[in-house]
Amino acid sequence: MASRVAVTVNGAAKTADVEPRLLLVHLLREVLGLTGTHIGCDTSNCGACTVLLDGRPVKSCTMFAVQADGREVMTVEGLAKDGQLHPIQEGFHEKHGLQCGFCTPGMMMTATALLQRNPNPTEDEIRWGISGNLCRCTGYVNIVEAVKYAAEKLRSTPAGAGGRS
Amino acid sequence: MASVAHGMGHSVKRKEDARFIRGQGHYIDDIKLPGMLYLDIVRSPYAHAKIKAIHAEKALAIPGVLAVVTGKDLEKYGLAWMPTLMSDKQMVLPIDTVLYQSQEVAAVLATERYLAADGVAAVEVEYEPLPVVVDPKKALQPNAPVLRQDREQKNNHIWHWEVGDKAKTEKAFREAEVKVSQDIYIPRIHVASIETCGCIAQWNPVESHLTLYMTTQAPHAIRTVVALVAGHLGLAEHKIRVISPDIGGGFGGKVPVYPGYVVAVAASVLTGAPVKWIEDRMENIQADSFARDYHITAEVAAKKDGTVTALRAKTIADHGAFDAAANPSKFPAGLFSICTGSYDFKSAFAEVDGVYTNKPPGGIAYRCSFRVTEASYMIERMADILAHDLGMDPAEFRMKNFIRPEAFPYTSPLGWTYDSGNYQAALKKAMERIGYAALRKEQAEKRKRGELMGIGISSFTEIVGAGPSHTFDILGLKMFDSAEIRVHPTGKVVARFGTKSQGQGHETTYAQIIAHELGIPEDDIAVEEGDTDTAPYGLGTYASRSTPVAGAAGAMAARKIRDKARKIAAHLLEASESDLEWERGKFFVKGSPNRAKTIQEIAFAAYTNHPQGLEAGLEAVSYYDPPNLTFPFGSYICVVDLDKGTGVVKVRRFVAVDDCGNIINPMIVEGQIHGGLTMGLAPALYEEITYDDDGNIRGGSFMDYLLPTAMETPRWELDKTVTPSPHHPLGAKGVGESATVGAPAAIANAVVDALWHLGVRHIDIPITPWKVWKALRDRGVTE
Repeated sequence: MASRVAVTVNGAAKTADVEPRLLLVHLLREVLGLTGTHIGCDTSNCGACTVLLDGRPVKSCTMFAVQADGREVMTVEGLAKDGQLHPIQEGFHEKHGLQCGFCTPGMMMTATALLQRNPNPTEDEIRWGISGNLCRCTGYVNIVEAVKYAAEKLRSTPAGAGGRS
Repeated sequence: MASVAHGMGHSVKRKEDARFIRGQGHYIDDIKLPGMLYLDIVRSPYAHAKIKAIHAEKALAIPGVLAVVTGKDLEKYGLAWMPTLMSDKQMVLPIDTVLYQSQEVAAVLATERYLAADGVAAVEVEYEPLPVVVDPKKALQPNAPVLRQDREQKNNHIWHWEVGDKAKTEKAFREAEVKVSQDIYIPRIHVASIETCGCIAQWNPVESHLTLYMTTQAPHAIRTVVALVAGHLGLAEHKIRVISPDIGGGFGGKVPVYPGYVVAVAASVLTGAPVKWIEDRMENIQADSFARDYHITAEVAAKKDGTVTALRAKTIADHGAFDAAANPSKFPAGLFSICTGSYDFKSAFAEVDGVYTNKPPGGIAYRCSFRVTEASYMIERMADILAHDLGMDPAEFRMKNFIRPEAFPYTSPLGWTYDSGNYQAALKKAMERIGYAALRKEQAEKRKRGELMGIGISSFTEIVGAGPSHTFDILGLKMFDSAEIRVHPTGKVVARFGTKSQGQGHETTYAQIIAHELGIPEDDIAVEEGDTDTAPYGLGTYASRSTPVAGAAGAMAARKIRDKARKIAAHLLEASESDLEWERGKFFVKGSPNRAKTIQEIAFAAYTNHPQGLEAGLEAVSYYDPPNLTFPFGSYICVVDLDKGTGVVKVRRFVAVDDCGNIINPMIVEGQIHGGLTMGLAPALYEEITYDDDGNIRGGSFMDYLLPTAMETPRWELDKTVTPSPHHPLGAKGVGESATVGAPAAIANAVVDALWHLGVRHIDIPITPWKVWKALRDRGVTE
């Protein structure tokens, strides 16, 4: 009783025959081999599995793969283009926004969506925006700084360049 | 741009980030081996029950489910029980009785992850519930059900431990002008690193070789434990390779051996296939090692002028069903004896009784060096209670009682020799930074208006870097640590350590230590950890021991290399060794700075032109046995505002002044403190695991075990003082856990400070809105 699912992942068309109960996160990790998206809980609280679905952040442990049929998924592996880091990746490195790295991909995806909605967020807006993602290492201070760094960099980059020239 | 050697004291950006920000970390669940099977675990719904029968038929009927493993199966191989680090034993899978909810009952092996879960759902277990004991005080009563029927001793008492001069302390209390006493409960919590635990066991039957990929903070110790526990099955230490891949947070939760690991190894040996076991979050919180659960009665004796004289503490420690705390072997209560803290007590006596209950085992896994948070929280709460009782300002009280800077090295009444400290300087700095006097004024004004604002101080002393071999061992393994440095002919370095980073940034900081000592750029140094086939033997990363012990080993190994490099340089420069001077990165002839050889030139010569009589190559190993522990310290000041209507505590400001001795990487140290503070905030206000009378866990998932998000976490304000450790080769002390240890008392003290004038002496953590609201309502302040 496999179902055919067709998704665009990081710009590339992918198809797979999957069980209807297969979670999106397992499609990404186990079927497509994109292990940058992590699993940190089973109750949709931690956000480690966050990916963008048609540009909006979703917790991929809380969706079936078949629900993503015909849609576009972006994962951490899709942030950098042509070897050039996305500003949010730069921000996390420059501002020491990560320690163990496990929450980092989900946190960066959430932050990327936040900055698309709100290119110039206040600190409170950043904190609210990432409050669906748990980090156990950093105390969030430097994650907030990383998001601010990315916001500034994205604003100073010509529109449409997506932060990468 | 040419690479440079930054060395100590520089905020070098992390080398490990490159893979993590690209989603290319290599965590346990990212590893997939050909033919790999999946293990999932059936867990008990009861806290205490007889297992009458386990019916596997329906599970085995599912295509892809290969086996259902029970305790009786493991018993045939002598694996139904395993030893703990604390001279106790623990069930791997039960033969006939379960002792806590979510305990492992059976394991299902299948070809796919989802099929293993299907198998778990299809296994039917018949239980006969037994009386449950969740309260350790009730567990000690004579009529309590005896939980551990396997023991000869027929009660629930595990051990009694005591330290200090009891007679002298009792005399001091008899003669005391002032005494305070307080019952303090430090609740059970869980580290909940965002990555859960797991492993892949890969047995090669032809070679009798086991590769064990495992989320472990101590891979070498695990290898030895596996050899000792399963030696009778043909597992020998030279044919066991433990690989600890990238770890998504450890905080102590990845030190213990959990039953899932053992069953995975057994399943791989029996099937010849690789077996993966990855726990889910609820399994992680409900069954893995917890922390704390200390019921303390603390007493302080003092003079009327506020000078403390004696400390007495009596504790009941709830260890759950097995004593599986990962303490050093001679320390059943960890380093709780640091409980005299930063104060110059003349006498002290502490005793702890370990008790079994129907709860999961553990005790110390929460970013805390062996019960130091319990000790620090207790003494810092008592300091505030006594100060308030005497009508003294808590800052003035601390200043009066601190160990004087000139008293170091200071020997505490409970036997520790503190290496160095300047507690007055740290508190003074924190008070200036936060504007202490102005805050007290504001508080007084607000109190007149009926507003509730509190200021809390915590001036903690940490004890880390376990530890000296005369005192510290785990299962007899001395708690040294190690570094091996290989300088290749082109001057590039591979360095391997016996520790294992879980986010602390060792690939960067260890490279900085070597860069500091040898002048080789950090970019030219690759740091490796976590593979027992390549790294030298070490006891691992926990209890803030990496910098104090393995970092010291790195410095000592680098100095051995420098000693050999001097001989080679003398040969190349045709000078005597004593005529050479070292300047970071090169030796030169005294008085002739142009006659020099760089470390890279020397490295090349070590392989191409080494002097006769000297071995070729440029490598060194150091096994560092620290002469003492290190004693980081700090002063934290917290300001809270309380909402009278809801009882919500808002942390308005939090200033943390830390002193961890000399700093390797300020950026990483600040990151460690940010994280530690947040793990101090968490138990102070949010996190707690409790059980109902039937032993059902409350707080067993992220739905109701509340990790702080970015919304609850304040913007931490950091500052520092620097008091080097006199005995560490780099003067460093370690910092990973200081903030976790120091922060809870600052927050609790602030809340009680806001309520003291209403007659509130103490509120146990976590200080939830309900507790605050109830305290206010009971005193008629709110409705």
